[in-house]
Amino acid sequence: MQAKKRYFILLSAGSCLALLFYFGGLQFRASRSHSRREEHSGRNGLHHPSPDHFWPRFPDALRPFVPWDQLENEDSSVHISPRQKRDANSSIYKGKKCRMESCFDFTLCKKNGFKVYVYPQQKGEKIAESYQNILAAIEGSRFYTSDPSQACLFVLSLDTLDRDQLSPQYVHNLRSKVQSLHLWNNGRNHLIFNLYSGTWPDYTEDVGFDIGQAMLAKASISTENFRPNFDVSIPLFSKDHPRTGGERGFLKFNTIPPLRKYMLVFKGKRYLTGIGSDTRNALYHVHNGEDVVLLTTCKHGKDWQKHKDSRCDRDNTEYEKYDYREMLHNATFCLVPRGRRLGSFRFLEALQAACIPVMLSNGWELPFSEVISWNQAAVIGDERLLLQIPSTIRSIHQDKILALRQQTQFLWEAYFSSVEKIVLTTLEIIQDRIFKHISRNSLIWNKHPGGLFVLPQYSSYLGDFPYYYANLGNPPPKFTAVIHAVTPLVSQSQPVLKLLVAAARSQYCAQIIVLWNCDKPLPAKHRWPATAVPVIVIEGESKVMSSRFLPYDNIVTDAVLSLDEDTVLSTTEVDFAFTVWQSFPERIVGYPARSHFWDNSKERWGYTSKWTNDYSMVLTGAAIYHKYYHYLYTHYLPASLKNMVDQLANCEDILMNFLVSAVTKLPPIKVTQKKQYKETMMGQTSRASRWADPDHFAQRQSCMNTFASWFGYMPLIHSQMRLDPVLFKDQVSILRKKYRDIERL
Amino acid sequence: MCASVKYNIRGPALIPRMKTKHRIYYITLFSIVLLGLIATGMFQFWPHSIESSSDWNVEKRSVRDVPVVRLPADSPSPERGDLSCRMHTCFDVYRCGFNPKNKIKVYIYSLKKYVDDAGVPVSNTISREYNELLTAISDSDYYTDDITRACLFVPSIDVLNQNTLRIKETAQALAQLSRWDRGTNHLLFNMLPGGPPDYNTALDVPRDRALLAGGGFSTWTYRQGYDVSIPVYSPLSAEVDLPEKGPGPRRYFLLSSQMAIHPEYREDLEALQARHGESVLVLDKCTNLSEGVLWVRKRCCEHQVYDYPQVLQEATFCVVLRGARLGQAVLSDVLRAGCVPVVIADSYILPFSEVLDWKRASVVVPEEKISDVYGILQSIPQRQIEEMQRQARWFWEAYFQSIKAIALATLQIINDRIYPYAALSYEEWNDPPTVKWSSVSNPLFLPLIPPQSQGFTAIVLTYDRVESLFRVITEVSKVPSLSKLLVVWNNQNKNPPEDSLWPKIRVPLKVVRTAENKLSNRFFPYDEIETEAVLAIDDDIIMLTSDELQFGYEVWREFPDRLVGYPGRLHLWDHEMNKWKYESEWTNEVSMVLTGAAFYHKYFNYLYTYKMPGDIKNWVDAHMNCEDIAMNFLVANVTGKAVIKVTPRKKFKCPECTAIDGLSLDQTHMVERSECINKFASVFGTMPLKVVEHRADPVLYKDDFPEKLKSFPNIGSL
Repeated sequence: MQAKKRYFILLSAGSCLALLFYFGGLQFRASRSHSRREEHSGRNGLHHPSPDHFWPRFPDALRPFVPWDQLENEDSSVHISPRQKRDANSSIYKGKKCRMESCFDFTLCKKNGFKVYVYPQQKGEKIAESYQNILAAIEGSRFYTSDPSQACLFVLSLDTLDRDQLSPQYVHNLRSKVQSLHLWNNGRNHLIFNLYSGTWPDYTEDVGFDIGQAMLAKASISTENFRPNFDVSIPLFSKDHPRTGGERGFLKFNTIPPLRKYMLVFKGKRYLTGIGSDTRNALYHVHNGEDVVLLTTCKHGKDWQKHKDSRCDRDNTEYEKYDYREMLHNATFCLVPRGRRLGSFRFLEALQAACIPVMLSNGWELPFSEVISWNQAAVIGDERLLLQIPSTIRSIHQDKILALRQQTQFLWEAYFSSVEKIVLTTLEIIQDRIFKHISRNSLIWNKHPGGLFVLPQYSSYLGDFPYYYANLGNPPPKFTAVIHAVTPLVSQSQPVLKLLVAAARSQYCAQIIVLWNCDKPLPAKHRWPATAVPVIVIEGESKVMSSRFLPYDNIVTDAVLSLDEDTVLSTTEVDFAFTVWQSFPERIVGYPARSHFWDNSKERWGYTSKWTNDYSMVLTGAAIYHKYYHYLYTHYLPASLKNMVDQLANCEDILMNFLVSAVTKLPPIKVTQKKQYKETMMGQTSRASRWADPDHFAQRQSCMNTFASWFGYMPLIHSQMRLDPVLFKDQVSILRKKYRDIERL
Repeated sequence: MCASVKYNIRGPALIPRMKTKHRIYYITLFSIVLLGLIATGMFQFWPHSIESSSDWNVEKRSVRDVPVVRLPADSPSPERGDLSCRMHTCFDVYRCGFNPKNKIKVYIYSLKKYVDDAGVPVSNTISREYNELLTAISDSDYYTDDITRACLFVPSIDVLNQNTLRIKETAQALAQLSRWDRGTNHLLFNMLPGGPPDYNTALDVPRDRALLAGGGFSTWTYRQGYDVSIPVYSPLSAEVDLPEKGPGPRRYFLLSSQMAIHPEYREDLEALQARHGESVLVLDKCTNLSEGVLWVRKRCCEHQVYDYPQVLQEATFCVVLRGARLGQAVLSDVLRAGCVPVVIADSYILPFSEVLDWKRASVVVPEEKISDVYGILQSIPQRQIEEMQRQARWFWEAYFQSIKAIALATLQIINDRIYPYAALSYEEWNDPPTVKWSSVSNPLFLPLIPPQSQGFTAIVLTYDRVESLFRVITEVSKVPSLSKLLVVWNNQNKNPPEDSLWPKIRVPLKVVRTAENKLSNRFFPYDEIETEAVLAIDDDIIMLTSDELQFGYEVWREFPDRLVGYPGRLHLWDHEMNKWKYESEWTNEVSMVLTGAAFYHKYFNYLYTYKMPGDIKNWVDAHMNCEDIAMNFLVANVTGKAVIKVTPRKKFKCPECTAIDGLSLDQTHMVERSECINKFASVFGTMPLKVVEHRADPVLYKDDFPEKLKSFPNIGSL
């Protein structure tokens, strides 16, 4: 070909290219200006319409979507009686369509409230440890009843946890065993716990027997099978999960910036084929070996070699290089991909380790999703968008990471750290459904101290609890003094009368209640000194120790100043303690401080009233706390502990400290120097005093250990500081000091 | 296309020698390329103008003029609707993709008029409300006019009221939408589902996989996490002007205003009225109204006539009872009146229940318990009722009051599902603006007492007082829990002393040089700070003992979300001047601690540097003063908690007057500090500082106990 033509071809090719660029450029510019416009309107925010109207503006007078007379005038007599309709519903909506409205008998709960019956265990039935723990948790709870006629909810004693036919724990012939229970009633008002269902290869969610109208508390439940407001999704937990107490979360420091060595980690099995294998098989695309470490191994099961693919060997070597524990503690996010089933152990592990879970399990109804708002503690990913996960989590603001991480710890400790918590959460959720108008709102469930410690039966108003003042305004301005009287009134110089006068003189005192727990009859009204505030005398019904913590209706204030009759306290001290309590309304604030310690030689908890550099209890002989703790003491604690206190007539103050610290996870607060030396000055105060009993101290030691074993851990926490008035013992004229009396003592 | 063109162009250019017989081939090729280019050009310029001139941007075009689409009787119809649909099964997320703004794109089909074979319209073309709804979407940030980029499609076929449409034909109309694809990612809005006699609780139009924003779902038709439950819009919202009425006790305790109540339930309600007398009012339709009176705006009880919806404002609780349908427009009116709705409709999914916490704004009572309703309501504390009244009104304002509010809330809910990590929080959805403003959200909300092991980092801000600085370093280094010492060298004109001259201490010592002499440099979240706890200390604070500092750290561990410091200060309201005043005298109260010696969490450094409201940071740097007051404001504002002053009063050498020397300037100094407080209070819009009367001492402080057995014996020496 001639050179000229060649040049022509080149030239035209060049011009074509140029034209292409030109058009391409146009398009690019157009799209740029387009996106600029979007940005503009984006900045304007939701409520400022952008200047261009895309939807045409019609000049016509359009007709409303519903004529007025139609909206409020459906002919109501035509449609069937609502009562009939209700009855019809309960016969139509069965099985997969079960809801509380159609499959639950509310009338059983009407008379006795929310009581749970557990079938007696039959001889010869083997029950795996996990299920034993579940049953024990129910039996130890305040909901338990041994009388089926009082029960609102029934729990089987047949182990339904593992319904995988290949599992050694699998219970055979469950169908007939269940059908033969005479209380079964086609599963109505029954709750069935299940962790594993289905088996290889399809892992269905069928539990292998007809559950009738029973509710399921099931792990790994899918949104398709989950019957909202009927079933409860529970987390998958291992057989080593502690029955009570449970480990605390691993988060010790809120380090800033809140990023850890690894951004995202995972270490687990890969299934190669079959259900649930896709996501884990694809993980290697995202693994970068630096801050995103996603490791899988093919080495599990007997014949893994048979199915192994080309990547297995490489994956397996990479897998061996990293330590799971180390990764868990040093990662900001933890991937929680589905396994064969939707839920996996990774979930709770990540939660405890304060490693923010990144869920990759499409269709998993997350544990307790009815009440827990998981967006505050986890990142809900989509298996289909696996490749976007790294950029998604990198786009999460550090403030949000800080919040998500703390929330993992709150949720872990509030609802997951022990079998007991998981079971109680399940029961409370069901109770909230049955008594809808006295149930917890989402705020209670998702904020410290959580739903298990905030009982809506106390009040439906958040401001009546000590935990929400930060958002609802100031703590209450007044207190009620409750004096626990156990000795008869013989002289007018008795300490109890002085105490009463001193408390009454406080500017914050609203009223005084004398709890007459003395065998002698009530003294005449005129024997009590005249005070500016009302004095109410209540005669303790059974005169037991725990009665001092009953939530008496007579207590009209939120703050309670609890006093022993032999306490010596001045008005100034009362005033100061109350102002301190207003800053810490969720804690016990008071004078007599005590401490606990671990006695290595005896391998048990010890109690001491010696002078120490720290304390973990403030005794209720002279302490201010929120009235709600009276309610919690009476209704949350099990009868066994309260009976122990009543029988010993001792330890009620220790138990109260256990309870409050278990709720707040914080120590009490001791105010000023004053100490009460009762236990060390035995017999010097009044002869009848229980402090004079030599067994008294030994009892308190054993109380500590009984309480700690019920709680499953030691909730008490030490503090090294006390709070004094700002100018306490400062070298400044005493006249300048507001609480000068305190220094004179 | 472009890629192949380029390949073809490049091909010949790379071949050095061409044979003649290829000539024709090349010429054809070039014509193809040229044709392609022209076609590209056409594609670039034409379609847009076609589309926009025919469908869009033409204002003032009547509804009667919209194009007519004839639906053949045998045209395909969608499947009935899949009850098992969930976002992960029926929704195509790939259409939405990852985008930095985390916002879905919504496309609206253009308006058409559908007629059947006989030319009879399938439905009203569009209702006033649906037009409003589509206008709201098209005016919002969600809207896109590019069908290829859309994540969600909204048909312009109006199905708000099932009674106004022909079910089969409407379904056929849906099926022929250009991107219908079994309804994937299509959103339908329906407020009145079902029809007589059964009144289904969801739209009966077959819709396959389309999402439904429905106004009367029951738990059996609602696909949780897929459908959106929306309110039934009350036209009164726009038509009637109803001034807001604050919460509080009202004339009637319980009111029922609905007209279409089943006789069985009306009987129950009337029994309540009979039992509880004047506090319960059950209204019904008026029978003998004079001509011209809008009967929908009147309600009657016996012969007494009441104005509706005004009468709702006279009641504390208002019954919202199911009719033939579960969703009732009266709910909207009730909320607006600040009356707490008592919802009696078993299995009803309340509007926007996916995000709204209805327990804070309503009482749900089972139909079975309708006759116990009075007792149930009476057990609710008065303060809770007021809270609910406020919340009810807020729900109406935010999510019920207009079609636009309903449309945008629906899209936001779907948006939250697709970008869950960027979803609005519970508080953003549920807290009224007044609460948002006054409530605190502590960023360190977990009750946590960090172990001693990490220790603290001391940060000394210094300019040129090297001698004093070295003494501070030596003193602070004696504190057992010190883990690192950071010197912020704020002098740009002078180099810090040579390494060899610095005191030798047991922990790492780092010197950070700053670019500018600014006070805010002391609060920068330096990477060198590896501990949570920071001790800010001035370069002249040499009087604090090691015990005092260690004790301060121990106290901080118990209160890691607070400022824990030594010299305390107070703000007071000056009644004469009508403004805030700064007080440093020996007072019984404390509301600030000076950061000349204070422990705090490193998070607050970050907050100070990046999140300080208004121009406070600049003000501080410009005035070279009040950085400590600013820090006190910041921490108190975000946590809602008071400071903790530790240990008895000491003689500090006027620690806050580092910049000014000499007592004569003291007065000016106090004036300036008072000014700061007033300035900051106005920027924060509130006075966040909390006043307390206590300070922290060691448990055995001043106790008659051997000093050597005390953990912190050397405390309080002057």
